[in-house]
Amino acid sequence: MLTSMTLIIALYIFMLAAFTGYVVISRVPSILHTPLMSGSNFIHGIVVVGALTALFTATNIVEQIIGFFGVLLGAGNVTGGYVVTDRMLAMFRPSTKKPGQSATDKKTAS
Amino acid sequence: MILIEYIVGLSGLLASALFIYGLKGMSSPVTAVKGIVTAGWGMAFVVAVSFLQAFRVPDDVLPHLPVNLGLAVLALALGGLLAGWKGRTVAMTAMPQMVALYNGMGGGSAAAVAAIALMKHEGGTPLHLGVTVTGALIGCISLTGSIIAWAKLDGRMKKPVRFSGQQVFNGVVFIGTLALGVMTVVTQLQGSSDGGLFAMLFFAGALFFGLCMTAPIGGADMPVVISLYNTFTGLAVGLEGYVMSNPALMIAGMVVGSAGTLLTLLMAKAMNRSLSNVLFSNFGASSGQAAQGPQGQMKSVDPADAATTMRYASSVIIIPGYGLAVAQAQQKLYEFVKMLQAAGVDVKFAIHPVAGRMPGHMNVLLAEAGVPYDMIYDMDDINDSFATTDVALVIGANDVVNPSARTDKSSPIYGMPILNADQAKQVFVIKRGQGTGYSGVQNPLFFQKNTSMVFGDAQAVLSKMVETLKSLGTN
Repeated sequence: MLTSMTLIIALYIFMLAAFTGYVVISRVPSILHTPLMSGSNFIHGIVVVGALTALFTATNIVEQIIGFFGVLLGAGNVTGGYVVTDRMLAMFRPSTKKPGQSATDKKTAS
Repeated sequence: MILIEYIVGLSGLLASALFIYGLKGMSSPVTAVKGIVTAGWGMAFVVAVSFLQAFRVPDDVLPHLPVNLGLAVLALALGGLLAGWKGRTVAMTAMPQMVALYNGMGGGSAAAVAAIALMKHEGGTPLHLGVTVTGALIGCISLTGSIIAWAKLDGRMKKPVRFSGQQVFNGVVFIGTLALGVMTVVTQLQGSSDGGLFAMLFFAGALFFGLCMTAPIGGADMPVVISLYNTFTGLAVGLEGYVMSNPALMIAGMVVGSAGTLLTLLMAKAMNRSLSNVLFSNFGASSGQAAQGPQGQMKSVDPADAATTMRYASSVIIIPGYGLAVAQAQQKLYEFVKMLQAAGVDVKFAIHPVAGRMPGHMNVLLAEAGVPYDMIYDMDDINDSFATTDVALVIGANDVVNPSARTDKSSPIYGMPILNADQAKQVFVIKRGQGTGYSGVQNPLFFQKNTSMVFGDAQAVLSKMVETLKSLGTN
């Protein structure tokens, strides 16, 4: 963990991450929109790491209670997001046994 | 001790890379499962490694450390087990509200992180505190807003809560909350003893605003709202990542924030609405002009006749809507489709971007029934094929095939992109009754010469169709 970070570097990180998110999503077919929303929902569950860090350094009961609920909610976000996404994605399957082809076939058809 | 900092920092870097790689994988049905599993490993790793931080806490924390660790493990186990169990067992039709709920939890977690950061006065520069408070505000809105979205989609909250002057009221609540946020920052900077009070009022205000903001929005608009709150939580996580000096949170949060913004706008566009229109217009309540539009005689036809027509057609396009899922008839539909295919009929599914309760939701529901994804076509890919298709079969869909959207400027749904089912040589519509869609608009498609209505529950109608095909044989 970085002990200090200048505002400028933070802005660079935010800028690059924002472009990354945009580029990664912009090619997704709408068939995957629901699993994708659920998948990105899982990814922001990384907040549980922040909540853990906060809870570890708690020094009084109030901080411990808030930290406990922070981790609880974060863990729910991570696990629930993962399970739901995985369940949805596992159901998508092609009709032919040539997985690599179907996606491109679809575009060229009619 | 410095070694631990490196390990924890690098684990975050690795996790960020795996998240982006996983998200990229999720952009194609072929690699999607691998994508989520990859991201999952990244998450498991970074959570496990974060426990190493227990070895480098400041001295004043040491006496509390065993309790803190115990609480951490308990919270992880409890939250993980409950959410995991619920996620495993929930029905696919209820998926959107589950996503909303999990998303709200993430927002709540981010708000909790902010609360602790405020209590600890960490790096109390105005900027730092400002970011903390902003993240808290967004996280709180996402938490309570998502809970309302969940309640609406789950049918626990049937009607939007609306009253006159609501927009003004919400505006006042929002400005009041902002003012409390500013006061929180100011009192923190001064080290004043009122800091805690203002912080508490601020959190209460932010949570309340999330309720106020979501309550008036109609259930049909919830997909856009869920996607928006997903974006909010991402942003809140990114901001709290800055507060905690944790780049992994910043990256993951911001990637979700920007991806979510794009998804939200795509969804709003597919519904032919602007985002502000969804949030502030109270659509769906005021469309009382239901009886307008074409009147005339609907032709109805027996399921057996419709099935026979399709059996001897050369091409059929099926347009499923949420009504199909409500009737739990996806399995039956696919059984029917397989029989048609066996008889040599070319069958395709056409999905409107907003079919179901969430974009892509219908795809998930069809996939659950075993329909292969390469039979399913997006609107843009299939719309030109309708004119050369023998039969369009509309099941439980209404507004997405309403030709008024193309022609009738006075129609509330004018301009919404629709599936060109009306251009097929023959149209069958399986529908429960003669009512209108959620927008309350009459559908001229139902009165067209080449349209025949098959009235009845989708499950019952499809069962009859399957029986008919069985009796016809496959030759």
